[in-house]
Amino acid sequence: MHDSRLTTIPASTQVMTADHEEHNPALLHHFADAKQQKNAASLGMWLFLVTEIMFFGGMFCAYLIYRLKYFNAFAAGSQQLDIKMGALNTAVLIVSSVTVVLAVKAAEVGKRKLLVGYLVVTVLLGMTFLVVKGFEYKEKFEKHHVPGPNFNFTEKFDDNGKQIPVNPKEAELFFSIYFAMTGMHALHMIIGCGLFGTLAVLSWKGHYSPTYFTPIENAGLYWHLVDIIWIYLFPLLYLISRHS
Amino acid sequence: MATRTATIVPVKQTPKLNYLNNGHGLKSWLLTTDHKRIALLYLVSVSIFFFLGGVFAMLIRLELLTPQGDLLSADSYNKAFTQHGMIMVFFFLIPVVPAILGNFLVPLMIGAKDLAFPRINLLSWYLYITAGIIFLHCMINGGVDTGWTFYSPFSTEYTNTNIVEAGVAVFIAGFSSIFTGLNFIVTVHRMRAPGMTWDRLPLFIWANYATSLIMILGTPVIAITIVLVAVERLFHLGIFDPHLGGDPLLFQHLFWFYSHPAVYIMILPSMGVISELIACFSRKRPFGYTFVAISSMAIAVFGFLVWAHHMFVAGISLYAAMIFSFLSFSVGVPSAVKVFNWTATLYKGSITYATPMLYAFGFIGLFTIGGLTGLMLATIGIDVHVTDTYFVVAHFHYVMVGGVLMGYLGGLHFWWPKITGRMYPEGWAKLSALFVFVGFNLTFFPQFILGYVGMPRRYWQYPPEFQVLNVLSTAGASVLAVGYLLPMIYLLWSLRYGPIAGPNPWNAAGLEWQTASPPPTFNFDETPVVTWEAYNYDELPELPVEPVEVPVAR
Amino acid sequence: MSKFLPLWPDQASSMAGQVDALYIYLLLVSGVMTALIFITVTVLAIKYRRVPGRRAQQIHGSIVLEVGWSVLPFLVMITFFIWGAILFFKERTPPADATEVYVVAKQWMWKVEHMEGQREINALHVPTGQNVKLIMTSQDVIHSFFIPAFRVKQDVLPGRYTTLWFKATVPGHYHLFCAEYCGTMHSGMGGEVVVMDPQDYSAWMANGPAAPLQDTGRELFASLGCATCHRSDAQGRGPSLQGVYNKPVQLEGGRTVVADDDYVRESILNPTAKIVSGYKPVMPAFQGIVSDEQLNALVAYVKSLSSSPSSQPTTGTAGLQNLPAAPAAQPQNTQVQ
Repeated sequence: MHDSRLTTIPASTQVMTADHEEHNPALLHHFADAKQQKNAASLGMWLFLVTEIMFFGGMFCAYLIYRLKYFNAFAAGSQQLDIKMGALNTAVLIVSSVTVVLAVKAAEVGKRKLLVGYLVVTVLLGMTFLVVKGFEYKEKFEKHHVPGPNFNFTEKFDDNGKQIPVNPKEAELFFSIYFAMTGMHALHMIIGCGLFGTLAVLSWKGHYSPTYFTPIENAGLYWHLVDIIWIYLFPLLYLISRHS
Repeated sequence: MATRTATIVPVKQTPKLNYLNNGHGLKSWLLTTDHKRIALLYLVSVSIFFFLGGVFAMLIRLELLTPQGDLLSADSYNKAFTQHGMIMVFFFLIPVVPAILGNFLVPLMIGAKDLAFPRINLLSWYLYITAGIIFLHCMINGGVDTGWTFYSPFSTEYTNTNIVEAGVAVFIAGFSSIFTGLNFIVTVHRMRAPGMTWDRLPLFIWANYATSLIMILGTPVIAITIVLVAVERLFHLGIFDPHLGGDPLLFQHLFWFYSHPAVYIMILPSMGVISELIACFSRKRPFGYTFVAISSMAIAVFGFLVWAHHMFVAGISLYAAMIFSFLSFSVGVPSAVKVFNWTATLYKGSITYATPMLYAFGFIGLFTIGGLTGLMLATIGIDVHVTDTYFVVAHFHYVMVGGVLMGYLGGLHFWWPKITGRMYPEGWAKLSALFVFVGFNLTFFPQFILGYVGMPRRYWQYPPEFQVLNVLSTAGASVLAVGYLLPMIYLLWSLRYGPIAGPNPWNAAGLEWQTASPPPTFNFDETPVVTWEAYNYDELPELPVEPVEVPVAR
Repeated sequence: MSKFLPLWPDQASSMAGQVDALYIYLLLVSGVMTALIFITVTVLAIKYRRVPGRRAQQIHGSIVLEVGWSVLPFLVMITFFIWGAILFFKERTPPADATEVYVVAKQWMWKVEHMEGQREINALHVPTGQNVKLIMTSQDVIHSFFIPAFRVKQDVLPGRYTTLWFKATVPGHYHLFCAEYCGTMHSGMGGEVVVMDPQDYSAWMANGPAAPLQDTGRELFASLGCATCHRSDAQGRGPSLQGVYNKPVQLEGGRTVVADDDYVRESILNPTAKIVSGYKPVMPAFQGIVSDEQLNALVAYVKSLSSSPSSQPTTGTAGLQNLPAAPAAQPQNTQVQ
């Protein structure tokens, strides 16, 4: 009466080994085929991105609450940020997203040198972003806009010419959130640069082929997410009440 | 006996190589990517933390024997309940069922050779251990005294204990659970054996799937919250402390946004275990399979909408409180559905009372009480009086200990023969199940009364009229402790002296019972093809009244 | 309440009986449900125990039952919700005639300031039959004011006011607890609530040496220089505070807020947070300059400037008499409101 299930139980008791998939060295033993492995990896990556969104979500939530509560201070703080550097960085990141797309395409068609080139360019763009960010942080240090004992904020909120003084404590809160969010974002950029640097080396060594380039695709997804987070951070932090 | 042998004929011989003896030495364990070995690594490490958490629980109960604080100083007592809470929540309850039983069973139950990302699985364990070591270091260096809830501004500005280190530990432990959840979801989606459709998934898998969703959606929020607490503490940024311009309620919102769903991270997998146990020992497909599966998902979803019911008197608005009260009742419905379906499964079954089933009965009873008192707490007019009292303590111990732990112990006994290839001693197991049930009720039922008469929680000393109830509770805790120590002893004993179990000592349905015990390294010698429905107990032979040793040549 | 084995807390407030009534209802429903489940499980487990030769009968489920046992419990829960919400609404809505008492919490004591000027530490004296509203704040961490015999509890937060009200009914001594964990001596942060007959209470109150809270506030108002700008004639650099309390205030930018305790408090500590329409943000912040007790006195004083809105002309005069430090106060400016 259990015929159906008996068929599934093999007579052999030999333990399976990983050597039955000679055709694709990248295929791990516990997957049935390359397609299953690729699907698993990309689903895993998407889920990881979901956790990243929830992670930043907590900070976006704090941002929203305090922006509503202390709008004037947030506007005054925002007006002290360097909009040109912010815009430059936005452009840099958008371009880097394009090079990531091109890298994935190059991997798909198996152009190794092109792939390595795009990966290197992406890393360079990422580093450019970090350097620009570094200059911005430096400026904040010089202006005593870094939260802490040396924090000093005397600037006012310029509301269409009307100067509104703000509570420095609230402005400090703006800068706390600014540093928390951009710092966490920069950390993700540093990880991204390391990731793409590693991929460039591995690509150069020929680890990837048109049949197996999942890591490049997944790293690309990560890079895009980090970009998108910046696309939100830029207007939320830099462009409060800048309509003049 | 004749029908019995029919099922086990094909795997009559225990394979010479199984996951336990396929590789020896410390390295083969510490660098393993085999989900079953990782499950055992968790079993050992989680048990150690459970023991530690239990020691702190005993310290608390001993201190509360007398109204005046005489055994511990006030600070030591505060640290004791904080370490007890943090260890039990972050290092025991959250990983216990998913990381031990889930890790072991998810691939086996769906017919996969391993989890989708075996190396990430190992990484999860290392993260857990790293977190554990950091936490132990923090504990040895004085510990933390904020309560496991880390409420700001106490945690950020006022306590002088090492919050940052404890925070780092919780943060890392959080990522361990995120990766476990991610691994489970991908595995369930992508690694199912041919024919293992969604409506054939065991309910344990559904429960773990729902749990994993909460893990990946909720845990990052507690992670960032803890980062913000640490940053506020280190650099005095005013995010939560009102003296620095922050809002302490924001902390509570963010904290409970994770920590309420975390309650379902703990209880859902145990509910999954109970579904398996009741099906097996009633020899029946669970009544309303679909509804039990959907209720797991419903609990996961609704669980995210009720967090502010921890904050009814914290200073949220009247209307917010009413909305969250209403939503909290909605999460009661899927929980009730599960209890009713389990009960209905017994109807016209063929029931035996092996130890796992005793734990299942215990679970139903204690979870019913825990759930109903939860409804009382959701009733805002009552919550004002009983929140932050022992009523709440009793309620969540009924759910966490009466629920999670009963489910875990039931599951551990049920799958012990699969994990080790040996049966546990039935008599001792029944005795300890009895100890657990009696001891548990004696410990925590008096606390409901204590709470309603007004004893606040986290009290080092208390008015003398509360003493009798506290003594009862401490007496119960001692019985409970015996109930927990016994399995630690006889399960270890059974590793060497337990009867050989054979592949399917319970004649249970489910793919995990179709491979050898202990299973070979890649679980199945050939990928199984599923052609039958889940819980096809009508096709399986009866269970003997007492499980007997299966005669298998070694 | 039995001192040996208390099974039920004292009932000493108007709310206690109502909370207990709901609690008994919940206990009954829960008791019936628990008994039902226990008995069903036991009966089924015995009746359908394994008997050689009899096999389990596979029953896959029943939509009717599933819907039934989802909807019926939900309907019962709705009764919990509605009753609980109504009760909560009462618990959270202080009657208009309530006597106000200020409470300041700090690690690890409760400081109570009566409007009449009486101060207490770790004790609260209240008369029977009188609605009492506590206006509470904390100097440091979060605490929670809990009187089991009254069935009331409210967290006390730093940086803002929370309120709680009750009407004591039975004279006696009752426990006062801090219910939110607040550090080392959390369990020692309690005291007693003494409920007295009104005449005893008056006698007790008369023993108090201190001046009414609003007088302390008026002195502060003068000594801190508030009166130079907040003149009662609306000619000062700041808005007049006559009759402002609990009235809507038009803010710069078009928003309107009600000038409740929290608003007055915030406007003292952090004046630029909300700027009254037509005024410049010139007031210095008093964060860190005034203590929580001084704040309470100032708020009490601002309140006293609009104590009984029904008798406006006299209020105006009374308010002016309370303003000795404002030399520019002119009697004809009573229509400021």
